[in-house]
Amino acid sequence: MHFTSTENYIATEALKQAVNAAIMLEKPLLIKGEPGTGKTMLAQELANSLDTELIQWHIKSTTKAQQGLYEYDAVSRLRDSQLGDERVHNIGNYIVKGKLWQAFNYAELNGKRPVLLIDEIDKADIEFPNDLLLELDKMEFHVYETNERVVAKERPIVIITSNNEKELPDAFLRRCFFHYIDFPSTDEMQQIIDVHYPDVKQELVRQALDVFFNLRDANGLKKKPSTSELLDWLKLLMAEDIDAKTLHDKSQKGGLMPMFGALLKNEQDISLIEKLALMSR
Amino acid sequence: MLVQFFFTLRKYRLPVSLRELLDLINALKKGVIFADIDGFYHLARTIMVKDETHFDRFDKAFSDYFSGIADIDLLESLKQQHNLPEDWLRKEFEKHLSDEEKAQLKAMGGLDELMKTLKARLEEQQKRHAGGNKWVGTGGTSPFGAYGYNPEGVRIGQNGNRNRQAVKVWDKREYRNLDSDREIGSRTIKLALKKLRKFARTGASDILDLNETIRATAKQGGMLDVKMAPERHNAVKVLMLFDIGGSMDDYIHTCEELFSAAHSEFKHLEFYYFHNCLYEHVWQDNQRRHSNVIDTMSLLNKFTSDYKVIFVGDATMGPYEIAYPGGSVEHYNEEPGSVWLQRVTHHFDKVAWLNPQPVTHWPYYQSIDFIKQLMNNRMYPLTLDGISKAIKELS
Repeated sequence: MHFTSTENYIATEALKQAVNAAIMLEKPLLIKGEPGTGKTMLAQELANSLDTELIQWHIKSTTKAQQGLYEYDAVSRLRDSQLGDERVHNIGNYIVKGKLWQAFNYAELNGKRPVLLIDEIDKADIEFPNDLLLELDKMEFHVYETNERVVAKERPIVIITSNNEKELPDAFLRRCFFHYIDFPSTDEMQQIIDVHYPDVKQELVRQALDVFFNLRDANGLKKKPSTSELLDWLKLLMAEDIDAKTLHDKSQKGGLMPMFGALLKNEQDISLIEKLALMSR
Repeated sequence: MLVQFFFTLRKYRLPVSLRELLDLINALKKGVIFADIDGFYHLARTIMVKDETHFDRFDKAFSDYFSGIADIDLLESLKQQHNLPEDWLRKEFEKHLSDEEKAQLKAMGGLDELMKTLKARLEEQQKRHAGGNKWVGTGGTSPFGAYGYNPEGVRIGQNGNRNRQAVKVWDKREYRNLDSDREIGSRTIKLALKKLRKFARTGASDILDLNETIRATAKQGGMLDVKMAPERHNAVKVLMLFDIGGSMDDYIHTCEELFSAAHSEFKHLEFYYFHNCLYEHVWQDNQRRHSNVIDTMSLLNKFTSDYKVIFVGDATMGPYEIAYPGGSVEHYNEEPGSVWLQRVTHHFDKVAWLNPQPVTHWPYYQSIDFIKQLMNNRMYPLTLDGISKAIKELS
């Protein structure tokens, strides 16, 4: 099991190293980085390149750690008891497996370690990571209703992403490896674009990258555009068949770039860039 | 071998524990990397460091351990030791030497020798210098300075590596901007301010918790058991007061970053400006500060005591501006600034002052000490750590 860049995903040396270390040592890997630098994509591409399943657990502010293990469906059981269903005598029928349980069991059933993505862990309650300490460390947990112990025979590859909205507790961090995805340089960006849109004209890409990095350098933007926005924007430029010359002329003459909606996501930023463009004219 | 590495990391205040060390040894044993220093750097960073704000410290520690040279950033340390002015080393002209000239310069002793000479040289030299081949400056052939050529030279304050010798990745120190001791940037400040954004459940329980009600009812075998939950909302209310104009002009940009970062973080965020010290008036629009002023007293009436008040100012002024009636540099104030500051600290439960001046400068200004006392010692530097401390105090 070894991770390399795939057809759709460019990974830096450092990222590959981190992922491979996490795979070999069977530790969860915590990924941080600006929004849109491909944190969630990493898990998908990792699963593809290892030819295994991706089990995704998206965290929201209301998610509880218990939901990742299992849930006891008391309502179905109540209904079954009132209808006189036979199933009601076995409480095991009403235990619904969570994502972690699925991931722990997967290798036993399919003979392959799956990739478990715990996406945006910082969205959850502050105690959430603490509630998962033992489960992620030992890769096992206890089902109280049926008095059963669930143990992962082969550990899943765990990728955890965070957007830094909350600080994660030290005890949790100690159990993880950590990698921070840097914002790609111009060269890396070119590679990423080549991978996504192989038929896009070189001249257009060069021009678009110029505009894009200039935009990122502008001071005071609320949300700097990132890789995913750049890719969306290029797609639009191609769909509208805008050529490099038009793009160049626009940026020289002042005024917003074509299809700016893909890059700038709020009206304050748009008006700021408009002002800057007016000033430079 | 790794034990020493481990203690080097500890020496650079990285919070590493035995667990990480064992993980690293295990990784090496399993052959994740083999005889590859760059690989080892990435591997060790992945395992030992859990926070991007510590990357810079790790880079320094790594460089210290693997080269034994403590000063990576010569310019920084020189600036501190000798007070070198920045523009003194500014790039002025560049010089291209012939191969012959390069050969002449080839040997001038080892690094230690160079450093010793450099120190002596700096003590001798009093002013800016460019060209020539002895003094420290730009573009010359002396071993010291930037943008010139000497194969064994010490690089001082050069933006890029001009002669394209490979710089080790940890020596680039790309993560310096993320270091938590560094002065604040708009990204780092957002991180710090997020600490203030704590959700609290206050007030009566008033929302029907449908899921919990169903679950509880089912557990009781069908007997209705209604569960209520308190409404969840962001309970943090913040009042920010910015010093603007005069001695704060140097910091206005930092302050505006602070302000713009803060503005998007809270629902209840109010901001006002004052000049140097708080008096009977504040204003919200700096353009119209003389026509549109607001009574400070009405601020105290308008905002309840659970608002958290953050002052941002350098607190650098004449002591009389705080202590005496009429001390203000702009108008005649009937009551001294200290009285107004005391009113604020009495009315609001939590008040803190963020000061963009470096902490080391604080003892030299009487007024900083004075205001610090008025704030009950709750004055913090405008760095990530300082803001974190202030917010801890406020929350």
